[in-house]
Formats: sequence, structure tokens, C-alpha cells
Amino acid sequence: MSDKKKELKPNTYKFDTLSLHAGYQPHKNAGSRQVPIYQTTSYLFDDVDHAAALFNLERGGHIYSRISNPTVGVLEERVASLEGGTAALATSSGMSAIFLAVMTLCEAGDHLVVSSQLYGGTVNLFRLTLPKFGIKCTFVKPRDTEGFKKAIQKNTKGIFGELVGNPGNEIMNMPEISKIAHEAGIPLMVDATYQTPYLCKPFEHGADIVIHSLTKWMAGHGSSMAGILVEGGKFDWMQNDKFPTMTKPYEGYHGLSFAEEFGPTAFTMKARAEGMRDFGPCLSPQNAWNVLQGIETLSVRMKKHCSNAEDMVKYLMNHESVAWVSHPSVPDHPDHELAKKLLPNGRGSMIAFGIKGGKEAGVAFINNVKLASHLANVGDTRTLVIHPASGTHSQMDEATLKFAGLSHDMIRLSVGIEDIEDIKNDFEVGFRAARKPRLVSNQ
Amino acid sequence: MKFKVNNNEVYASTGGRPFDKKKPLIIFVHGSGLTHMTWVLQTRYFAFHGYNALAIDLPGHGLSGGESLKSIEEMADWVAAVIDAVGHKEASLVGHSQGCLVTVECTARYPNKIKTLSLMGGAGAIPMNPQLLSLAESNDPKAVDLMMDWAHGPAGHFGGHPVPGLYHINTGTMLAKSRTIQNTLGVDFRACDNYKNGFEAAKKVKCPTLSILATDDKMCPVKEGKKLASLIEGSQVDIIDNCGHMMLLEEADRVLTVLKKFITTNYPPLSS
Repeated sequence: MSDKKKELKPNTYKFDTLSLHAGYQPHKNAGSRQVPIYQTTSYLFDDVDHAAALFNLERGGHIYSRISNPTVGVLEERVASLEGGTAALATSSGMSAIFLAVMTLCEAGDHLVVSSQLYGGTVNLFRLTLPKFGIKCTFVKPRDTEGFKKAIQKNTKGIFGELVGNPGNEIMNMPEISKIAHEAGIPLMVDATYQTPYLCKPFEHGADIVIHSLTKWMAGHGSSMAGILVEGGKFDWMQNDKFPTMTKPYEGYHGLSFAEEFGPTAFTMKARAEGMRDFGPCLSPQNAWNVLQGIETLSVRMKKHCSNAEDMVKYLMNHESVAWVSHPSVPDHPDHELAKKLLPNGRGSMIAFGIKGGKEAGVAFINNVKLASHLANVGDTRTLVIHPASGTHSQMDEATLKFAGLSHDMIRLSVGIEDIEDIKNDFEVGFRAARKPRLVSNQ
Repeated sequence: MKFKVNNNEVYASTGGRPFDKKKPLIIFVHGSGLTHMTWVLQTRYFAFHGYNALAIDLPGHGLSGGESLKSIEEMADWVAAVIDAVGHKEASLVGHSQGCLVTVECTARYPNKIKTLSLMGGAGAIPMNPQLLSLAESNDPKAVDLMMDWAHGPAGHFGGHPVPGLYHINTGTMLAKSRTIQNTLGVDFRACDNYKNGFEAAKKVKCPTLSILATDDKMCPVKEGKKLASLIEGSQVDIIDNCGHMMLLEEADRVLTVLKKFITTNYPPLSS
């Protein structure tokens, strides 16, 4: 026998197991192996004392499904576990998760530094809607790391960006930008929808709040809208006086200080207690259940998404109809090395490419592919295509479009998990049409 | 609230209610390397029902100043000093894990100050695994990961936190990593390992005592908890099924229900 002592290793569950089990105990739910759908608005109180205890946050539990719901709660815990976060709050969409995160952090007179490479709806939220609430934003190009530092003002309450920008695939240098945020005593909020926790865990690279549109890869099947914000638990809200709504007694809950009382889960507790109570963008239990079904196969799907995407990158780079290809796996992508560090399990399944012939060719391509679906979504199991300049980002004027890094020849491709040869064959049809746009459109 | 003991600032959560000297005092003492936040699902109830519920951060932990105390005996004296510092003559003590060693020792040393004693996941001695102790003392985050693994029962590993959306293994991990591990967990583990007086101290406890134990507790097994309880005259024991050492989070409602009945019976609140 060896004298060598056995090295101790934690046996907490790993990613694939958590994807299937986290947040749920069957023996507390009539032995139901599947997570039950609690299709209810409200929950019985045992007595008046119990009701008061729930309202005062003295006990955990459910009151009303706008605030929390047991099925949604399983989803929240599951995503928190996968991200390595302390807590999560699910919402009706990714946009409502972003709005809720901002409103939990900021009040009128505050300022945010925001990456310029964002989904069009998010750009409009920061550029046009938040100023109506007195919250101003400065946009910085995601690769301009120093630009984030320069844009911070006295009233800046956070930095926000998409880890991989939509649709140009620019990658934020999260480790460096988080250092800048933390030196300024403010949190970094990252939308990691494109990555899912399978490809990247932003908390390991300095993010403080992670946001997902669960509608995309996490749910994965194009069936349900959902969003979530996840808290990392490391950010110290009490380090300065920038966040009085987190650190000072809150009138809405008997003088509660969220930071003192809940520490590493304070942000989520405030977002739920205040945000879900006052704004109410709650997720339906049916949609939460649908997302849970998707998460059960997240690893399996993401592997196939990524391998198909890398095949498509090679195919597009060698295609005569393609002017350029943007994907972090491409060696000359400006963020190729950063992607290796931040996305070790795969570079994602979003590809942007330029089609030769410009806008007219792009329109012909989109109108003639048959397998790939032309729609305003990403992260479906099916392959999706769109022409951003006329679709997702069509509400932008020319200058904003340019600032967002968009061009008229750009096609955004969300690679699905179909047989790769079928996707390529479909694209051949599109490219043939793009080369002869007038001829095809007259058929 | 903040106050001073031995010239060092002490932080104690008051459960969301202002401290009121007229109300009876309950002091909650956390386990190794943790903070006042482990008690959030117990303290708020008592704070809203006629008590001063103080969940303290031990010196050098959480939001408290000073350096971590190096022995259970020093911690016991410090808890007694907290009672004086907040202007009370007596208190009810609630401890978890290492906090049980501290509160038993404190009750034995200061029998006139302590009116009831509630022990969660307690034992008369908590000898440490040498590798775990070494990891904690060398500031290795693996020590926290191992503690969180062992501290949660099989059911607790799946989650299912009573507060919607919270994942307690990660939350506990974050609490234990919030300060330098070797200065909190490392010092605490060494103090637990060195402490040999638990059984003798238990024999001196004369106040009403409750032990809450859990069937899947690997760190302070039921057998050890019962052994400790058997030495305390009239001690009550409550055993929770399908639950690990972190019972105050894993089965927070059950713990609160049992605790509420015990404390309100033996140490009544200030009636409103």
C-alpha cells in the first residue's frame, strides 16, 4: 500500500450535472422527477404571522408570482449555479433583465459607461430611453479599453457591455475593463447571451453582474422569451458612497440596508424586492420550464453549435461570394488571442460576414436561402440569418450605424445544429442568387 | 450596528430593526470563516418579534475590525464582552458549528449572563482534518470549496434555497472568501482543532439548551451532537432529516420554527 495520502478534492457537482439538477429537490415536490410547473398567481399563508414574515423578508418563500414563483426559482438557482454566481433573478426577456439591472443600480442623475457594440434594442435603451429617466450614458468602442477609463465620471455607477458585441463579434477585454471598473469603485455588468456559461463564466474574469437573454442559446429552441440577471457576489457595495440605495436604510422595507443584510446577494435581493415589485417584468412559469428543458442539453448543443460554426467559418472564408468573415476563431480576428483566453470551450456560433455585391446581394441572399430562417433572433437550434442594416439595427440612422460597426454588406449568421452539409448547400443557393440578384428576383 | 469591544469595531446585523435596549437580547455566533449573513433567515424574524437579534461578525470577520481571535476561550470571553458593550446584563446565545463551541464555553464561563443556549450542528469537539487545516492556513481557496462540499448534505448540493434565486453553496463560498482565508478560516480551524474543553464546559451549562442536529451532517455528526447534549442537563434535541451541516440555510424554515418555539418559551420577547 502507498503511504501517500489521498489528495482531498471537493465533490460539488460539475457543470453538466448542475445543468440537469441544480435548484431542485424532488422529495420536496411530491417526488416529481421533472420540475413541476407552478401555474399559480399566489400562495397560501399559514397564518397572519407567516404572511408578515414573508413580506418582511424574515423567511424565504413565495407571495405572488410577480415577485417569485417556485418553477422560476429553480431556473434562477440553476443559472446561478452554472455561472458560479450567488443569486439570480429571471425576467420576462433579456431586455427587461438589462432594464432591471440598470434601475437597481442607478437613479436620476447617474451615468453609465457603455460599449457601443450592442444589440440594436439595447443601444436604443441606453441612448434614448434611459435619458428620459435622468440616466445618461457614454458609449465607448469595446476594443478601446482606455476609453472606458476616460469616460468614467464622478456620477458613473457602472460599466455595461456585451462580452462579444452584436453583430460585429468585437470582444470586450473583460479582465482589463473590470480592473478599470473596480479601481473606480463601480461594478462591471456583462451581457453574455452569446456565450452562455458553457463557453464563458464572466465572474471568473472580473464581471460583477451577468445578464442573459435566455431566449437564445440557454433555452435554445426558439420557443420562449426569458431573461436573467446573475450576481457574482464579490462586489463590495459599501466600499464607497456611490450606491446609497444599496447601503442606506430603504424606506420601502422598514429601513432595510440591502448590502448590510444580504451581502453577496444584495443586488439580486434589491432587484427582486424593489424592481419586480415596482416594475413587474416577471417570467411565466411555463416559459421558465421551457428554458429549463433547454438548459438540460446546453453542453451538448453548444458543442455542436460551435463545431458547426467553425466549419461554416472555413467554408465562408474560402467562398468566392464572401468579402470578409468575422468570428473569433479566425486567426486574423483582432480579438483572436483574447477569445482563446475568455472562450476556451468554443468561440460561439455567431458569425458576421460581408457578401460581395453589397446591400443588393445581401437582400438576394436572404430572400433565397430556404433552410436558414430569416428572422430577428439568434441562438436557435436552427440556423438563422438576418441583414442587420435592414433588420435588427434598422432604427439607427447612418451615423449611429457606422458607430455601431455595421456595414450594408453584413450578414449576421447564427449557426444551428443541423447537418453541416445541409447548411452549406442552402448557402450555395443563396450565394448563387446573390451573384445574379436581378435574374433571380424576376423569376 | 457598530460598537466597540476591546477598542476594535464590531459589526452586528440587527435583523433590519433598530437596536432597542428594552428588548431582550439574542446573540447569533457564526461558524468558521463565515459572517453574520449566515443568520439572515433567523435573525429578521426575532428582530420583528420583540427581540434585539444581533448577528455578530467575530473580530477580523465580515465587517468587524481587529484580528481573528486565536482560541475558542478568547471568543467566549469576547461574546460576553459584547453583551456588556451593548448595555445588556444577559442574553440568549445561538451558535452554529464553531459558534457552538464558543457559546457553550461562554455559557459555562458566564452562567449568570446566559439565559438560553441554542446549538446548531454542535459537538463537544471539532477536530480538523489535517489537510483541510493546512490548506486553510496556507490561504488556499480549495479549503473553502472543501468546507462547502462537506458542509452541505446530499440534498443541499442540489440547491433549493428557501429564498428564491439564491444558490447557497456559491453564497457560502463567497462569504468565506470575502476576507483573507488564512486570517479567518485558517485561524478558526486551528482554534477548533486546539479546543479540548467542550465536554467539561457542557457539564457546567445549566440554562435551557436546545441542540438542532442534521442526519447528513458530516462535520458534526448526530452522534457527536447527541454526546454533547447528553452532558447538558435537560437539553432538548431536534434532528432534521435529509439535511447537512448548513441547516440554517438548507432547512431554514424548520430551524426557525424550532428555534422560535424554544426561545420564546424560555426567554420571552418584549410584548408590544
